[in-house]
Amino acid sequence: MGSNMAEAHPVGFQWVIEAKKRGARIIHVDPRFTRTSALAHQYVSLRAGSDVVFLGGVINYILSNEKDFREYVTAYTNASYLVSEDFRDTEELDGLFSGYDPETASYDMTSWQYQGAEESTGEKGQSSAEAKEQATGLQHESGGPPLHGPTHPPSDPTLQDPNCVFQVLKRHFARYTPEMVQEVCGVPPEAFLDVCEAWTSNSGRDRTTALVYAVGWTQHTLGVQFIRTSAIIQLLLGNMGRPGGGIMAMRGHASIQGSTDIPTLFNLLPGYLPMPSASTHTDLRSFIDDIVGDKQKGFWANADAYTVSLLKEYWGENATPENDFCYDYLPRLTGDHGTYRTVMDMVDGKVHGYFLLGQNPAVGSAHGKLQRLGMANLDWVVVRDLAMIESATFWKDSPEVETGEIVPEECRTEVFFFPAAAHTEKEGTFTQTQRMLQWREKATEPKGDQRSDLWFFYHLGRRIKARLAGSDDPRDRPIQDLNWSYGFVPDPERGDEPDAASILKAINGYDLTTGKLVDGYLDLKADGSTACGCWIYSGVYADGVNQAARRKPGGEQDETAAEWGWAWPYNRRILYNRASADPRGRPWSERKKYIWWDEEKGEWTGKDVPDFEKTKPPSYRAPEGATGVAALQGDDPFIMQADGKGWLYAPSGLQDGPLPTHYEPHESPFGNALYRQAGNPTRKVYGRPDNPSDPSPPEEHGDVFPFVLTTSRLTEHHTAGAMSRWLPYLSELQPALTVEVSPALAAERGLEHLGWAHVVTARTAIEARVLVTDRMTPLRVMNRVVHQVWLPYHWGSVGLVTGDSTNDLFGVALDPNVLIQETKVATCDVRPGRRPRGPELLEYVQAYRERAGITTETGTHVHTGGPAHIENAEEPAESLVPPEDTAVAPREGKDLPEAPRAEDAEGGE
Amino acid sequence: MVPKAEFRSYYGRQILKSPVWKDDIAYYFFLGGLSAGSSLLAAGGDLTDRPALRRGGRLGGIVALSAGTVYLIKDLGRPERFHHMLRVAKPTSPMSVGTWVLSAYGGALGAAAAAELVPARWPVLRRLAHLAARPSGLAAAALAPAVASYTAVLLSHTAVPFWNTAKDELPFIFIGSATASGGGLGMILAPRDQAGPARRMAVFGAALELIASERMEGRLGLVEDVIHEEKPRRFLTAAKALTIGGAVGAALFARRSRTAAVVSGVALLAGSLCERLGVLHAGVASTKDPKYVVGPQREALSAREP
Amino acid sequence: MVGPNSFFGPLESPAADAGYEEPPARKGFFTDTSVCIGCKACEVACKEWNGVPDDGFNLLGMSFDNTGMLGADSWRHVAFIEQAPPAARGPVEQAPVDIGMPSFSRPGDGSGAETRQDFRWLMASDVCKHCTHAGCLDVCPTGALFRTEFGTVVVQQDICNGCGYCVSGCPYGVIDRREDDGRAWKCTLCYDRLRDAMEPACAKACPTDSIQFGDLDELRARAAERVETLHAAGVAEARLYGENPDDGVGGDGAFFLLLDEPEVYGLPPDPHVPTRDAGRMWTAAGLAGLGMLAGAVAAFLGGKK
Repeated sequence: MGSNMAEAHPVGFQWVIEAKKRGARIIHVDPRFTRTSALAHQYVSLRAGSDVVFLGGVINYILSNEKDFREYVTAYTNASYLVSEDFRDTEELDGLFSGYDPETASYDMTSWQYQGAEESTGEKGQSSAEAKEQATGLQHESGGPPLHGPTHPPSDPTLQDPNCVFQVLKRHFARYTPEMVQEVCGVPPEAFLDVCEAWTSNSGRDRTTALVYAVGWTQHTLGVQFIRTSAIIQLLLGNMGRPGGGIMAMRGHASIQGSTDIPTLFNLLPGYLPMPSASTHTDLRSFIDDIVGDKQKGFWANADAYTVSLLKEYWGENATPENDFCYDYLPRLTGDHGTYRTVMDMVDGKVHGYFLLGQNPAVGSAHGKLQRLGMANLDWVVVRDLAMIESATFWKDSPEVETGEIVPEECRTEVFFFPAAAHTEKEGTFTQTQRMLQWREKATEPKGDQRSDLWFFYHLGRRIKARLAGSDDPRDRPIQDLNWSYGFVPDPERGDEPDAASILKAINGYDLTTGKLVDGYLDLKADGSTACGCWIYSGVYADGVNQAARRKPGGEQDETAAEWGWAWPYNRRILYNRASADPRGRPWSERKKYIWWDEEKGEWTGKDVPDFEKTKPPSYRAPEGATGVAALQGDDPFIMQADGKGWLYAPSGLQDGPLPTHYEPHESPFGNALYRQAGNPTRKVYGRPDNPSDPSPPEEHGDVFPFVLTTSRLTEHHTAGAMSRWLPYLSELQPALTVEVSPALAAERGLEHLGWAHVVTARTAIEARVLVTDRMTPLRVMNRVVHQVWLPYHWGSVGLVTGDSTNDLFGVALDPNVLIQETKVATCDVRPGRRPRGPELLEYVQAYRERAGITTETGTHVHTGGPAHIENAEEPAESLVPPEDTAVAPREGKDLPEAPRAEDAEGGE
Repeated sequence: MVPKAEFRSYYGRQILKSPVWKDDIAYYFFLGGLSAGSSLLAAGGDLTDRPALRRGGRLGGIVALSAGTVYLIKDLGRPERFHHMLRVAKPTSPMSVGTWVLSAYGGALGAAAAAELVPARWPVLRRLAHLAARPSGLAAAALAPAVASYTAVLLSHTAVPFWNTAKDELPFIFIGSATASGGGLGMILAPRDQAGPARRMAVFGAALELIASERMEGRLGLVEDVIHEEKPRRFLTAAKALTIGGAVGAALFARRSRTAAVVSGVALLAGSLCERLGVLHAGVASTKDPKYVVGPQREALSAREP
Repeated sequence: MVGPNSFFGPLESPAADAGYEEPPARKGFFTDTSVCIGCKACEVACKEWNGVPDDGFNLLGMSFDNTGMLGADSWRHVAFIEQAPPAARGPVEQAPVDIGMPSFSRPGDGSGAETRQDFRWLMASDVCKHCTHAGCLDVCPTGALFRTEFGTVVVQQDICNGCGYCVSGCPYGVIDRREDDGRAWKCTLCYDRLRDAMEPACAKACPTDSIQFGDLDELRARAAERVETLHAAGVAEARLYGENPDDGVGGDGAFFLLLDEPEVYGLPPDPHVPTRDAGRMWTAAGLAGLGMLAGAVAAFLGGKK
């Protein structure tokens, strides 16, 4: 669900086929019938964005028919814990939880806590509004958020108390019936019940069901809650931590998993440590305390060791206990520094430079026009890529040049293009969906000026350090004191080649007293005697061996295949695998045995590295007042959670509620059938004239954009197309941007198969060739027929095959927890024929906006019936077309640094 | 009542590849057949003291053959490699068989034709040529029927539905056409008092061709539609008209009137050319629509299954 | 060497029949289209390995098929067919009465929301069949096409003079002449890779093992098992195509598991090698030739002048 695995992960999909051949039943739920659906036993079509109703319906089915795995639920989840009596559910508040503040569009989560908790959650002292700005939710990706309260709250093991999580859950999803699923999702009850039957009957002691999702779930303003709902189901059915069960997030191929582990995200440090916040994390102690919380169980309790080791890796000998290990050198968050906020700041003249490394926002990010206008307002942009991508050529070939919004001769952005080495021309690791690091060797040298990103940043660091060497400005100290002593191979001609293995070792970590590599995060210390670039990766160089480079063929191993690559942490292949044994340490069944307690040897053993302290027996009970790891009981499998349990109900950590609730997408033809509150009341909107939204009920004139728009990938192309639309063998397989419509929609709008059509939203209109197909189907939702429209997003203006960029259709509306854009669902219109070009295009779109009554306020009433959330509220909302001189908007009061003089250049070149 | 059938295909796309041969190949068929007919007339003329017929037949035959060979080579994808045909002799390939037959035939006919051309001032050469002339002319005549008929096998020995279905009749059509055109050329090149055999061959050939065509059309079954498609139909109808007209002229008027002889001769030549073009285009057309493959094959399958 | 079934009928070893002494086991493909995910890795891998040119950036709109068919510049071709399943469609007759205009399932020719959950999307990777009795090989007049020791059929590009006979000789419509080049090109079953004991590029690239490469008799055994498994699982439409040595080409070196009639995939239902009727054709030609001789003789004997 939320995944097109056969098309987006064809090589991984071979294992689904293998499972199918061995008798597994494959079910695919998707708005569109894809190549994945073609291989599934059952395909269910549903309306894009209605997933929480579907999944909530499954939860309701499980609870109403008592299909949950009761023993697992009582022992391993927080089902029995009692929730504060102040808590109010969406059933009581017509779609809101208690504690909502319409002004900040955020929640005070005090009333969500377990009984007995003292104060509010979020970062200690940080307001929830601030937590939302900083996408605090993402920081908890590798484990639960902190609790401020007892980790053994009052509980009712019989699950009967009306305030216990189990009963709260039941009440919350009581109206998510098969009829509601049909009404909101457009799924016939028989099909829905088939899925419920299959899912529940294949879960339990003897059987497990696995769930796969990808960006079909994440790229929504409610994305995190989609995933939460599925987590609740898998916990209720006892599928978590068990072989053949679990939830697999299909991460992207360009090491997307790695890009959050060793992050390129503004609010994370390596290993999912948070980026310090300026307001609350004034020193190292307060930073660590905030992560650890009070009286936490679990391995986050050792956050001090992870943090100090990271600081030692960054600043080496310069990081000492006296200077808080150079903690003050770390940047601080002051608000929303997400990519979309940053691009808007570019448009507003507040950002001056941009590094794009294998990233093509002109095509690949939502709201293409905003991206390109932002880039057109920079002083400089550095682009590193394999081909001359649209983000490097926007100033001369973007749609804005045609409309006159960007004038090439006047655009002052200086573009520096650095050719990049391909993945075969450099060594290093990729981290994939299974948290597995696989080392790759360099197969051939890059040609000409092509270099790896590692080479680029290594030398950039060297040069900046050299440039700042003599300075006494305290602001330059963090760079000056940086430990940059990575291994390299000297090469005066091409530039010294940094040794990727030495970097991986630094990531693994060292014992600084002995100079030896550590074997894992358990060896890390908080006293500055260890250094480690990423605590969850610690162990990748255990025993001095590059574990990620291991390639023992699967055919020579058991099904866990632990000797291929290395998975974090500690090469554990299934996380929380303690849950594969019952509270007494025995496998739930012979068929599904995975990890179990060996009484004789006094240790956990089995087919995988136990995700648990090896020698802690199932019978262990924590002494009174214990915290941290010692507080984890022998039957607390979820060792990264603050209370060691799986959370059916999340008392903290998520901006939009402790329980998943159906909200309509930011743009939808429908109001919310379940509540008065229409969309996610905490979603991030940016109310600006250049970020208009289509109206959604209760706003009027939504019928101007009557169709549901959704997008996804094709196997034949790759992301924004730089890696595929320059290749003839791929370009010929899918040579043109297409829009898929059902025969009924084609008839309604007069669209011809292979003819031209254009798709219109409040942002712009793009054109595509029409594919009339039965794979798209109209759905019956809330008593009327709704059409869905699909486009792939791989096209742009450069390459062997070119076309309009689909992401130009989307505006910026984000999930409040992780700030991801909603590009999987929007509303649109479709008309036959090509789109207008040049200034006519602007007029055409403007006419749509006028017909739809769109203002800057449209879509920003995130609280239905509440205030609008617009930027610079004192300025009247004028024309929605950016002012003509945006391309040369003056920058705010910053002096240009002096141009470098020849005598400044020192060593390291 | 037999229930209505449902015909299915892959988006209506052709299953087979269409022949890559252009009209050039039809020209070769015509010219080769013409040469064959001419060399028979030449041999007969040689044996029955009809020197004009002999000379016209030999020279006409060699000119036709040479022109035909040019078209043959021209129709190759790599004409400069035409001699690769002589690398193998393969009985399963009518083109290979034909290559060798044609080479032998060309050699023989060439020797005979040379005898007509060696000037008097080279008496030794002339004498040798004349010695070789009759035997080689007879050899050519013996090979002529093979030259005229192997091309039919060449077409039938393919997956092309029309040509393959017509495999029993096509040789007789081509033979008839070759004979008629040879006769027609003989009527043009030889004086009326020597052209009798030419006239009789023309009539015989025309009759054979027409009878065989009729039979073929009746036995095409599900492939029949192909001869009603525009291009094939025009060529085949023209062929029929010209051949009948030429034959009638040959039978009734060509003896009395030089003009009638020439006109009839030209009509027969044109008719023969049109027949080859019609057959070529009908074949090509039968590859373009998958129904010509699926229909007959489904029929054959159900005939085999009880 | 040449034997009773050299030209038609079941033949144990085409390589031996072609003259190889003790050739290796016959190699081929079993393409199980029931697990094809339509990724087209086979098309790309083949082109990469063999340096086959692209054949134009044309949106054909045949579902996801923008390649169209096999040809000189496409040696693997993935077909896509969107359709309602057999149960909903009604029986297809074996003996067509009226062959009118061909109908085809254009994406969009189907019906509306009611049949939604029963939709089916067939995907299949087509390739040269490397027939036991190969029409292309039989008619090649230069010897450019030859039978390899693995039982496969390969064109030697330094010999082919582009006569185009093979193009019309193939009952599957596989081989074709390359426009700008003049020669005939087709799948070589990666002959160069076989000689280095590697599997063909397409088989190696296929992620779901839809394309299986190996010894032909082992593949046939595997395929028979797979059909049984599918039938037992309720997939009654599964059937093998081209695997039967008694068929019109003596069985294919590359055969398939299909989920519908061959013509739905663009394959001929009952192909045969033209050589099957060679005897009959040459007999007719001989008779006709004799007729010509007889006619000529009569023309000279009968009549005065």
